[in-house]
Amino acid sequence: MIEVNHISKSFGKAGEVSALSNISLNIDEGQLYGLIGPDGAGKTTLFRILTTLLLPDEGFAVIDGMNVVDDYKKLRKILGYMPGRFSLYQDLSVRENLEFYASIFNTTIEVNYALIKDIYVQLEPFNNRRAGALSGGMKQKLALCCALIHKPKVLFLDEPTTGVDVVSRKEFWEMLKRLKNEGITIFVSTPYMDEASLCDKIALIQNGSILSENKPSALTASFNYSLFGVKCNQMNDCRKTLTHWKEILDAYSFGEYLHVKTTKGTIGENDIQEFLLAKGLTDIFIKDVIPTVEDCFIDLMKTKKT
Amino acid sequence: MTTFIFILKKEFRQIFRDPAIIRIIFIMPMMQLIILPFAADYEVKNINIGIVDHDHSDYSRELISKIENSTYFRLTGYTNTFKEGLKWVEDEKADLIVEIPNRFEAELIKESKADLLLAVNAVNGTRGNLGAAYTLGIIQQFNQNIRAKWFQMPDFNPEPIIDVTYSSLYNPLSNYQFFMVPGILAVLLTMVGGFLSALNIVKEKEIGTIEQLNVSPIKKYQFIGGKVVPFWLLGFVILTIGLIISFIVHGIVPGSNIGVLYLFTAIYMLAILGFGLLLSNFTNTQQQAMMVAFFFMLIFILLSGLYTPIESMPGWAQKVAALNPVTYMVEVMRMVLMKGAILRDILPQLKIITLYGVVLNLLAIYTYSKQNS
Repeated sequence: MIEVNHISKSFGKAGEVSALSNISLNIDEGQLYGLIGPDGAGKTTLFRILTTLLLPDEGFAVIDGMNVVDDYKKLRKILGYMPGRFSLYQDLSVRENLEFYASIFNTTIEVNYALIKDIYVQLEPFNNRRAGALSGGMKQKLALCCALIHKPKVLFLDEPTTGVDVVSRKEFWEMLKRLKNEGITIFVSTPYMDEASLCDKIALIQNGSILSENKPSALTASFNYSLFGVKCNQMNDCRKTLTHWKEILDAYSFGEYLHVKTTKGTIGENDIQEFLLAKGLTDIFIKDVIPTVEDCFIDLMKTKKT
Repeated sequence: MTTFIFILKKEFRQIFRDPAIIRIIFIMPMMQLIILPFAADYEVKNINIGIVDHDHSDYSRELISKIENSTYFRLTGYTNTFKEGLKWVEDEKADLIVEIPNRFEAELIKESKADLLLAVNAVNGTRGNLGAAYTLGIIQQFNQNIRAKWFQMPDFNPEPIIDVTYSSLYNPLSNYQFFMVPGILAVLLTMVGGFLSALNIVKEKEIGTIEQLNVSPIKKYQFIGGKVVPFWLLGFVILTIGLIISFIVHGIVPGSNIGVLYLFTAIYMLAILGFGLLLSNFTNTQQQAMMVAFFFMLIFILLSGLYTPIESMPGWAQKVAALNPVTYMVEVMRMVLMKGAILRDILPQLKIITLYGVVLNLLAIYTYSKQNS
């Protein structure tokens, strides 16, 4: 459905700031595809190129058989785009915003009501409220409705959950799943690694290049190390001493634990416990950890650097 | 077409929902047209005058009382030393000092000739110059009277005097408001057409809605048209309100050829809207747009002949004024409202402003597509 071919883009007069370098991706029809990466990785730039707002320096992209540069006019009819900042008219009401976005696509709310019904029912009590007076989660829902009202074939969501509370985030992903079942291809970007596992396929992006493109389960399965979670009384000292131990490949904080990466089959929980006790640390608690997408990301990021 | 109607509907909704815009459109013209013409008056009154009288004679007293009795002056005081008089000027107590020398009367009688000193505070140039001019006028009159008193004898006038009678055409009472009101109305139209439209477009950029509109089948001309048409129509609303206010408050009767004014305004608004579009192409935030607009507004107003006649500007400024679209609007406003000009009279201005409209709008469209590549 979406085919990205060796796209590069740089900014600045002499092109000194490289935002994207040689990006290639492949997104199948009906997929919920996640572009995962920290702020400044180039997610929005890629989105702007794919939504025909920006021209790539090199490479090309094809969406549903249409080139994003040459066929942009036709393409704009089948795209839905929800920019990172919710683009709503703050001084228009919920209903008026929706009506306006429907009308510029030559359609009406009624025609595609079925598609947005589940989301819109939550907004209906606030129909006459100005969009500017809505809560963050409500704004996000309205923005999604506006991006959906013309029943796009492909939906681009640029960091839709940034700045939205945990409950609304969860709800939002539920909605995306339902939309996927309607046959809409969804391309979503997010800086939150924990949302990655909710996608069918993900691409990890860092500094303008793709680190890995895979199914979340396949990605975590490819993590070829032993991983332990370690907790003790002096977390900071613990991390320092562990990183100096030659058996340990990496140790980084992960929530309340330290994640400790070792080569498979070398050391076990007991070895780490003994080592830390010998270094004078107490209250030690160690557990096995199943690698998450974030662990993979950190691993890929560090191997790429060296 | 239906899409365009929806866009227009949305624009009007937003305009009428923004309390600031409503205030600018309805209250600003009222305030400016009602208050400004009375305040922005060239006639300088209440000039503070200090008198240094060394003579204390009949003649000096007569001259002083003449000055005092004129409505233009307010007496700061009398003194015997020029030094004290100068102190008044330094303390901003006096704008003008008249020094009457010792033996003023005696010399006048004996030599038929006497000297006077007029010292003017020229920090405020207009006030100083006008004050000096008024004083000179009074002194000249005084001089005439003396001549009349002393030289009644000769049968013929030694110095032929041309008696000038004048009549103020188109503004018989030289009413200052008649001159100012049309000019202010022209500036109001410029502000609404040029700057409100620019701010409106930049606002879409600022809140990011323009992104979403760009990823839609909406055409550029539909978007721009949606911005231009409402402000174009608002121009007529302002003009009408302005004309009503000038009639009620200042007694300016628009006359039967008011259609000419509306025709010119229609084209002028298109030109100035093109300027607004151009402005919005080069700014990304409302604040930037405001600052740039403010810069242009000052030039537009000061070099439009609204306050100071273009003919008395230096050559380069006259050239700038000729490039300034507001100049032509001010001219046409005054021609129609004061002289009752007909279409043929304003044809030169109409041609220039049409050219402006074409050039500015083409430039706006050209730079718009360039910014988006």
